[in-house]
This record gives sequence, structure tokens and C-alpha cells, in this order.
Amino acid sequence: MKKIFPILGIITLALLSYALYEALVAAPTERTMGDVQRIFYYHVPSAWTAFLLFFLNFVASIQYLVRRKPGADRVANWIVLAIAAATCIAAYVVPLPEGVEKSSVATTGIAIAGIYFLIRKLFPGERADILAVVTAEVGVVFCTIVLITGPLWARPVWGIWWAPGDIRLTSTLVLWLIYIAYLMLRKFSSGGNTALIAAVLAVFGALDVPLVYFSIWFFRTQHPQPVIGGGGSIDPRMMQVLLINWLAFMCFAYLVSWSRFRLEVLKRDVEQAQGLQELMETRAR
Amino acid sequence: MNFLYAAYAVTWIIHIGYLTTLVRRYSRLKKEIKELNRSQ
Repeated sequence: MKKIFPILGIITLALLSYALYEALVAAPTERTMGDVQRIFYYHVPSAWTAFLLFFLNFVASIQYLVRRKPGADRVANWIVLAIAAATCIAAYVVPLPEGVEKSSVATTGIAIAGIYFLIRKLFPGERADILAVVTAEVGVVFCTIVLITGPLWARPVWGIWWAPGDIRLTSTLVLWLIYIAYLMLRKFSSGGNTALIAAVLAVFGALDVPLVYFSIWFFRTQHPQPVIGGGGSIDPRMMQVLLINWLAFMCFAYLVSWSRFRLEVLKRDVEQAQGLQELMETRAR
Repeated sequence: MNFLYAAYAVTWIIHIGYLTTLVRRYSRLKKEIKELNRSQ
């Protein structure tokens, strides 16, 4: 991985530059909003990346919790498989909102199970907890960008920086606050149960993610309709630029998370070595 | 246009700021490792 990292870094840098060019120059100008609409190409991919990172945090936290008790891991595996199967069946049985594809819902169910088992395999033992810390921290960075670029887009378009009481905006702010609390807990709590309490907080915090995402589907909000599904629509060229920017941000998030993961592993190793050294010094006295 | 440039600038300021904190944390850890090696 050490050898691949610089290559991935160069590819990501090239992709980010190309995505920036596409967003600022190549993408068509929106008729009513004008150039300010181009904020969309940073605002939406940042939100999607943050949601994905918080989802990974949720899965990693669940795995950390279930690994603590023998047998719970196996039960969790069956529950995940049952959820995936139920989602696939429900996609074709339950009537879905307008614009939502049955196959997309079924694929999402399978993808969730796939991600769960992939994390289970790739992050054994304590590594699930490290993944949870990393994804929460990088997710907060992306969520902060969403909360800043949103008002910068809203001011010239709506005439206000923030719509008080709007469910999309408020739930996003609450989501950000939950993960800030999570990071504070991890930083300042020194008890032996810190990881356990943080994992429980993360599981409950992640429940806000679907509320944020689906709030514009089911409630009347100031925020525009979704661009994929839920009755929203977008120019195909704009969609292409949006997906290029999302891919670039995802590659960037992967590299940053990987670096942060290595840092956390090193930090825990150093803490362990320091603890051992203190113990040996105490015994020597 | 000012809002557009502000949004793009803020995005990269936040990312670069976060990367800077990672580099700082890494150099702090390196120092601690050196001290640990010295004391052994």
C-alpha cells in the first residue's frame, strides 16, 4: 500500500483538478440561478461523501459492539442478511414513492450487507474501532463543508443564509453536532469504556442520516428536491459533472481516511509502548 | 460570483487545514517515538 499511495495521490490530484475545471468551466450555466448554482458541484458530493463516511462509522461501531460478546457476532450476521433479503422483497412488493426505482432499492439492500461483511473481513478486532474514529472525523470535515457551502448558496438564491425550522437544514446541523459530540467524547474521555460509549452514541447518531437524506422526500422544505429519485430531475451534462466531482471527492476522502487510519494505529502503538514503559519503571522502583 | 468563489475557497481551506492537523499530529508522534527509543 505504501507504494500505491503516491500513485493514488497523483491520480486523485489529477481527478480533483479535472473535476474543478468541469464544475467551473465546462458545466452548463443554470438558467435561473446563474453561475452561483455551480456551488452544487461541491455541496452535493461533500454531503454524499459525509453520509457514506457516517454509514461506515455506523457499521464499524456495530461490529465493535457485537464482537464484545461471543455469539452476538453470528446473530448480527444473520440480522444483516435478513435485512438485505427483506429490502429486496419489499422493493418489489411495497409501493415506492414516485421516481424511486425498485432495482435501486434492492441493490441498496444488497450493498449494505456487502459493506457490512467487507468491513468485518478487512477490519478485525480493535481495527473496527479505529475505522469508526477515522470515518467520524473525516465525515465531520465533509459535513462542515456542506454546512458552510449551503448558506453561501442560499444567500444569493433564497435571500437568506439559513431557513430556521427547515427540517433538512436543522437535521444536518443536528447530525454535525452529534458527530462533534462523538469526537469530543473520544478526545477527552479517558475511562476504559470510552470506545463502548462512543460506539453506542454512533449507532444512535447514524439514525439521523436517513432523516437528513429523506427529509426532502417526505416533508415540505425550503431545500430543493433530490437530484436522483424522489421526483427531482437534472440536465444529463450537469449530472455527469456532479458524478465526476463525487468520484474525485471519494478518492480524496479515501486517501485522507487511509492516512488518518495509519496515524491512529501508530498513536495507539505509541500509547501502548508508553504504558508498558511506565509499568516497567514503576516495577523497577 | 463572489459566493461561488467563496464556497470553493472555503472547501479547500477546510481540507488543507485538516491535512495540516494530520501532518502536525504525525510529527508529534514521531517525536514521541524518538523519545521512547532514547529512554530504552
